[in-house]
Amino acid sequence: MSTVAEADSKQEALPERPKELAMHFDTLHQQFTTTKLGMWLFLGQELLFFCGLFTAYSVYRANHQEMFHYAHYFLDWKLGGANTVVLLCSSLTAAWSVRCAQLEQRKGLIVTLILTFLCACAFMTIKYIEYSHKIHIGAVWGSHFGVNQADFPEHLKETYPDLTSEQLQQMNAGSFFAIYFCMTGLHGIHVLVGMGLYIWLLIRAIRGDFNRKYYGAVDNVALYWHIVDIIWIFLFPLLYLIG
Amino acid sequence: MAGGIVEKPTSGAPVRPKVNYLNETKGLKNWLVTLDHKRIALMYLAAVSVALLLGGFWALVLRTELLGPQDTILSNQWYNRAFTLHGAVMVFLFIIPGIPASLGNFILPMQLGAKDLALPRINLLSWYLYVIGLIFFLGILFLGGLDTGWTLYPPYSSGRPVELNLIFAYTGVFILGFSSILTGLNFIATMHKLRPKGMTMYKMPLFLWALYATSLIQVLATPVVGLTLGLSLIEHVFKIGIFLPQYGGDPVLYQHFFWFYSHPAVYIMVLPAMGVQSELIATFSRKHVFGYKAIAWSSIAIAAIGFIVWGHHMFVSGQSPAAGIIFSFLTYWVAIPSAIKVFNWVATLYKGAIDFKAPMIYALAFMYLFGIGGLTGLFLASVVNNVHLHDTYFVIAHFHMVMVGSVLTAFLGGIHYWWPKMTGKMYNETLARIAAVMVFIGFNVTFMPQFVAGTRGMPRRYANYLDEFTIFHQVSTIGAYILGAAVVLQAFYLVYSLFKGKQAPPNPWGSASLEWQATSPPDFHNFTEKPIVMGAYDFENWEFVSEEAGYVLKKEVIETGKSLATVH
Repeated sequence: MSTVAEADSKQEALPERPKELAMHFDTLHQQFTTTKLGMWLFLGQELLFFCGLFTAYSVYRANHQEMFHYAHYFLDWKLGGANTVVLLCSSLTAAWSVRCAQLEQRKGLIVTLILTFLCACAFMTIKYIEYSHKIHIGAVWGSHFGVNQADFPEHLKETYPDLTSEQLQQMNAGSFFAIYFCMTGLHGIHVLVGMGLYIWLLIRAIRGDFNRKYYGAVDNVALYWHIVDIIWIFLFPLLYLIG
Repeated sequence: MAGGIVEKPTSGAPVRPKVNYLNETKGLKNWLVTLDHKRIALMYLAAVSVALLLGGFWALVLRTELLGPQDTILSNQWYNRAFTLHGAVMVFLFIIPGIPASLGNFILPMQLGAKDLALPRINLLSWYLYVIGLIFFLGILFLGGLDTGWTLYPPYSSGRPVELNLIFAYTGVFILGFSSILTGLNFIATMHKLRPKGMTMYKMPLFLWALYATSLIQVLATPVVGLTLGLSLIEHVFKIGIFLPQYGGDPVLYQHFFWFYSHPAVYIMVLPAMGVQSELIATFSRKHVFGYKAIAWSSIAIAAIGFIVWGHHMFVSGQSPAAGIIFSFLTYWVAIPSAIKVFNWVATLYKGAIDFKAPMIYALAFMYLFGIGGLTGLFLASVVNNVHLHDTYFVIAHFHMVMVGSVLTAFLGGIHYWWPKMTGKMYNETLARIAAVMVFIGFNVTFMPQFVAGTRGMPRRYANYLDEFTIFHQVSTIGAYILGAAVVLQAFYLVYSLFKGKQAPPNPWGSASLEWQATSPPDFHNFTEKPIVMGAYDFENWEFVSEEAGYVLKKEVIETGKSLATVH
């Protein structure tokens, strides 16, 4: 038998509780590890959330291998590749921001947070260019799919000159684009949420909320940002590089 | 904290702490922005009760319709709406959040010896998400109902022209899913990080082990149904061709996704109920629970196995025969940890000093009903039987035995058991016992005839039926009325106790888990004095003191506990 008193009596011996420490925790360290565990559990949830889409992808790709091959030509690997580079850079700056917070480098923290946010903006801009082109030529979901042969990507025209839009429709090309838009769209929503979180962090960093003992928010948002990055690392080859 | 200290009674009756979590701050606004897990738990209890009454209302409506073989009170269209709303409201709004979010929210930090859940803001957010989900479902009612069945299978659902009520249903369940995920991750983080010194995993009451297993499922399975219904929403509005065959989609894929969540969700419902059961059986047998570790780990085993059996809902969906056989085989495994629990409860009863208080009557009813519900599950797990009985009243009776017979019973048992702690008032024991027996009788009268009707070929979801089934339906409806009357009776005496009930002592039952060392109702910080951490089932540490009208810790236990605390 023992009592809860142990940890608390130490606490009471301290002159005062840090202002960042919530009522129900004993130490800042306990608070930090608890919120971090919460974030890891949330990331586990995120993985399962995307898992459904990856399963749908596997099922449809297994059932329509040929169609997936033709349809992937509509995706521009150069734009996708550029986005991959942008996201990797942002992961670097995100990790860097955690280091800055730990070392109490306020300027460094503000700069890395802004850089991360700008990378996210660049990602969304490139995504917007990709989406608008596809919607413009009609490379979209379900029965709405219908692309004039003139709008086929050059590489596709060269490799399969006889391929027609009707053939693609019959092969269910719409389901490839349904999956493409759902996967990248859901990922895009996560990027947008991340952008909001980085603005929030930026405001708090400018206000001077963080110090070497209290930087959990920076760490947890960076963790979230890394999972958004990792999901893209899987999306990019599965969608753009399956030729 | 000083305001919460109980003055020692001179007259003998227990005294209500002057300042407690209920009156620490006043006004609606202070409740709506509270971060206190106890207040959030009560707000959950209120919201969940609304859902229970709503779902129960539709159950009584559709049982009334089934009094005669032809149309009685409803059109066929409204019958479809009645069973859809009954199912959807009961599953998503009552049974899934019922025990964990209300009782669990209140009890978990207290049984642990903590001051709050790990993430109080997340806890409040989860309640708001729940209420938004509830509002979406109320919205469906005003939009004229929903008739897809609670499973929302395409193409019945997303394949039709765009309908606002369907959009509400998808959005509502999606939001409720996130409410459930947030509760789950909060519970796991709390149990790992807020255990005080001396409170090891194996000292935790079994209710907490059950909540831990439940939370694992909530975190890992719920996102899949969120995604599925999110996709269905997009499918419904844009017809993108993921689940709808006419646009190149695969409706069986929807069923896989849906049951990947919704089967584990059955364990989200029943595991917390089993946790409550372990507490009730041990407390009212006044005996250390038998096979503590076996019960604890069987919860985890049920959670794990629960993830790989979803295909047994789809034996007639067109999945391959090989898949059918594998899922059938795996489904039998669930019986092993479930049976471990039941046998250990029975062994706990053996030579115990059984006290037939109302919560114990619920606990015994649970064992009987769960026994039948579980064993009929074995019949249904075999493919041949299942193909014969699929979509009949046999299946209805089976899962109601588990989902209502077990979960509702344990929920009611738990409410009675923790009522003195939560409200500081004692309810009327005689009325409570009568209600408990009525629940048990009403339940059996409702569902036993349905087993027979099902084996004779009565299909589910039909508003009209052949004359030969009339007697089964009529008996069943009478049972439902008895059940309904029991719920009304409970609502009456529980609300009455709030105003006129006797003041509850800190520990009316002689339970040994930590929450009973707090005052009734507890202080805002849960404990006025540091609780003495000891085995959750060491009932010998407590003795009955008639002046206190309840149990108090033995003097030597307090002294040893304090001396150990100073040594540290």
